[in-house]
Amino acid sequence: MAQQPKKKQDVETTGHEWDGIEEYNNPLPRWWLWIFYATIVWAIWYTIAYPAWPGIRSATTGYLGFSTRAQVAENIAEFEARLEPMNARLAAADLNGIRGDSELEGYAVSAGAAVYKTWCAQCHGSGAAGAKGYPNLQDDAWLWGGTMEDIHYTVSHGIRNEDDPDARYSEMPAFGRDELLTGEEVEQVVNYVMSLSPVNPPVDASLVEAGAEVFEINCASCHLEDGTGDRFQGAPNLTDAIWLYGGDYDAIRETVWNARFGVMPPMGGADLSEAEIRAVATYVHQLGGGEAPE
Amino acid sequence: MSDTQPDAPGLYAAREPIFPKRVSGKFRNLKWIIMAITLGIYYLTPWIRWDRGPNLPDQAVLIDLANRRFFFFWIEIWPHEFYFIAGLLVMAGLGLFLFTSAMGRVWCGYTCPQTVWTDLFILVERWIEGDRNARLRLHRQKKWDVRKVRLRLTKWIAWLLIALATGGAWVFYFTDAPGLLVDLVTGNAHPVAYTTILILTGTTFAFGGFAREQICIYACPWPRIQAAMMDEDTLTVAYRSWRGEPRGKHRKAEGAEELGDCIDCMACVNVCPVGIDIRDGQQLECITCALCIDACDDIMEKVGKPRGLIDYMALTDEVAERAGNPPRSVWKHIFRPRTVLYTALWSLVGVGLVVALFIRSDISVTVAPVRNPTFVTLSDGTIRNTYDVRLRNQHGEERPFEITIAGHPDLSVQLEGTDDGRVMVPADTTQLQRVYVLAPPNSEPAESERWDIRMWVEDTSNGDRVYKDTIFNGRAN
Repeated sequence: MAQQPKKKQDVETTGHEWDGIEEYNNPLPRWWLWIFYATIVWAIWYTIAYPAWPGIRSATTGYLGFSTRAQVAENIAEFEARLEPMNARLAAADLNGIRGDSELEGYAVSAGAAVYKTWCAQCHGSGAAGAKGYPNLQDDAWLWGGTMEDIHYTVSHGIRNEDDPDARYSEMPAFGRDELLTGEEVEQVVNYVMSLSPVNPPVDASLVEAGAEVFEINCASCHLEDGTGDRFQGAPNLTDAIWLYGGDYDAIRETVWNARFGVMPPMGGADLSEAEIRAVATYVHQLGGGEAPE
Repeated sequence: MSDTQPDAPGLYAAREPIFPKRVSGKFRNLKWIIMAITLGIYYLTPWIRWDRGPNLPDQAVLIDLANRRFFFFWIEIWPHEFYFIAGLLVMAGLGLFLFTSAMGRVWCGYTCPQTVWTDLFILVERWIEGDRNARLRLHRQKKWDVRKVRLRLTKWIAWLLIALATGGAWVFYFTDAPGLLVDLVTGNAHPVAYTTILILTGTTFAFGGFAREQICIYACPWPRIQAAMMDEDTLTVAYRSWRGEPRGKHRKAEGAEELGDCIDCMACVNVCPVGIDIRDGQQLECITCALCIDACDDIMEKVGKPRGLIDYMALTDEVAERAGNPPRSVWKHIFRPRTVLYTALWSLVGVGLVVALFIRSDISVTVAPVRNPTFVTLSDGTIRNTYDVRLRNQHGEERPFEITIAGHPDLSVQLEGTDDGRVMVPADTTQLQRVYVLAPPNSEPAESERWDIRMWVEDTSNGDRVYKDTIFNGRAN
C-alpha cells in the first residue's frame, strides 16, 4: 500500500522506465544497511574467534581456542564432579540400606542401569533376561544368592575366573567324560533329575528309582539330598522350573556327562568403582528377583 | 547503465524523526486506560501471591521451566497437558481474526506492547523535553549546549530505567519473584537472569526510544497478515475526503465557499505517532491508534463544524456516503456472519478448554509393559510380566496409591519394593514404579499367548480411581 499514486501528491520514481512502466522509489531504511554492515563485522570477528578457515592439513583454531571436543570433555568432567557427592554417599552407605533410601535408590538404579548396559548386557542381555548359560537376573532363582550383599560380592569378584582369588568358585565333575559314572548310570540319574523338576517328565520313568540311588551317592553332596541345591557351593536347585542350560533330556545329559563351567569376570578393581558396583547391584536387585537380607 | 539513466536516487533513506503532538479526546483517554491496565498487568502479576500449600510455590503466575510446571492461580499445568497452551494459542489466533475482521489493526493501535511502550516513552519524552514544537527545536539545534545535554541525558536515563524495569519484570515470571529480586540486587542470581534482563533492557530502550514505528513498518509481520483478514466492512480510520476537500486555510478569502470542511491545520499529521497524513487514505504505516480522530474532532468543534471528518469507517461507508446515503451503524459493521462465526469458533475452543480443565483428574497413570523380556518364568513355574507404571500425583500433598488388576481371577499383582500393593507418591510428582503381574503355573493367562488386562490405580485417601488397559504375555508368546 505504500506510495500508491495519489491524487494530489507526486510520487517520486527512481527515474527508471521500461515501456511506460515506472519504478516507484521506496528506499530501504538506512539503519537496515547499518545492521547489514554490523553482520559483516560480526562474521569477520567470528572467523577470528572460532575455528573457521580451512588450511591444507588443518583449520585455524580460533582466538578463543574453542573446540567441541574440549567442550564435551569439560561437560563430562562437570557432570562427574556434580555426581561426586552422590557417589561418595553410595559407596559409604550400608548395602542393605540403599533400597530403603528413596533418593539414593533412585540414583543407584539410574546409574546402575547405565553401568549394566555397558558391562553386563553383553552376556546377560540388555533386558537382563539372560540366555543359555547366562543366568536370567529377573527371576527368583539365584546360584549364589540374591541379597544385596550376594549380588555385590558376585559383581565385585566374578565367578570361576583366574583374575580374582576371591572369585566364587564351584566345579561340577564331568561324570561321563571322566568315567566317574557309566553311561547307564548317567541315563538313570538324568531321568531322576527330570522327575524332580516340573518342566519335563522323565523320558523313562522306570529308571527313576535307580537314578535316585546314583544321585544320592554322586550328586547330593552339592545339590543336597532333595535336589534343592546349595548356594554356598553355587549348586543350582534342580527341583524348580528354571534350567540355565535347558531342562530337556539331552541338555541335562550333556551337563552330567561334560559338566558346565560358566565364567564371569570380576568387575571390582580396575573396571568399576565401588559406587558403580553398588549402583549396578541395586539395579539388578530391583529387577524382580532381589532378596531381603537374612 | 549510468549512460542511459538519469541520476540514480539513493537506495537507502534515513528515518524521518517524528514528534507527535499532545492530544486529548476520547480515544486518547481510552489509550491511557489501556496503557495503565496492560502495564499494570505486566509489572505486577509476578508479585501476586497464591497459597497452594507447603509443597508448591505461592506465586500466582509462575512458569517453572526447571520443574516443568505452569502455575496460573488455581490452575496447574503439567507438560503432558500442553494442549491447554495449544488451545489458548488457537483462541489467540481466532481472537486476532475476529478483532481484525471487525476493527482492523485495533491490536496494533491499542494493546501491542510496541505501541504501549512507545506511547510511554513518548509521554516521558514530552515531560522532559516539552511538546512537539519544543522537541522539534531541540532536535534542530545543532549545538550541544548544557541544556540540550541535560535534557537528552535525563530522557535517556528515564528511558533506561523503564527499560530496566521492563526487562527485570520478565524474569520474575520464571521463578519466585521476591527471592529473585533479593538475588538480583545482591548479585547472586543466575547469569541467565542477568543476561535476559540485559537483552530485554536493550531491546526495550532501542525499540521504544528510537526504532518506534520502524518496528511496525519493517520488522513486524502482523500488518501484512492482518491486511489479508480485512474486508470492505472492516472498521479502519479514514478521512471523509468528500466532505473535507478541497481543503483550505483561508476561510475569508475569495472563493472560500467552494472549500470543504478541512482547514488544512495539519493537526491530524502532527499527532500521528507513525508520521503519516491520514488524508492520503488508509496506508501501510497506519496502526489505527485513532489519535488523529481526537485531534480533528477538537479542531472541528473549534471551527463549528460537525465532528467526524476523520473517523472509524468501513469501505462500504464511503460508497454509501458518496451516494448521499447514511453510513451503516458501527454495530452492523461489527456483527456480521464472518465475525459471528469467528466468535462462535473462539467460544467453542474456550468452552472446550474450560470443560477439559474441570473434568481432568488429579491422578493419572501410564503403563508400559516391559518387552525385554516379554515374560519371566519363576522357579515355581509362575509366569510373571513386568510393567513400568508412572503414577502421577498432581495434588499438593503425598498420596497413597493402590494398584489392582482385573482380567482374570488367577492373576495377582506385586509392586517392587513394597509388600502390600500400595505405594506413596510424593506431592506434585510422577513416580516410576515397577509392577509385576503373576499368573500361576498352568493357569489360563500363563498358558495363553496374550491376555487382556486392566490395571486400576486408586488413591485410597479419597477413592479416586483411574485405569489403563494393557496386556499380559503368556508362555505361548
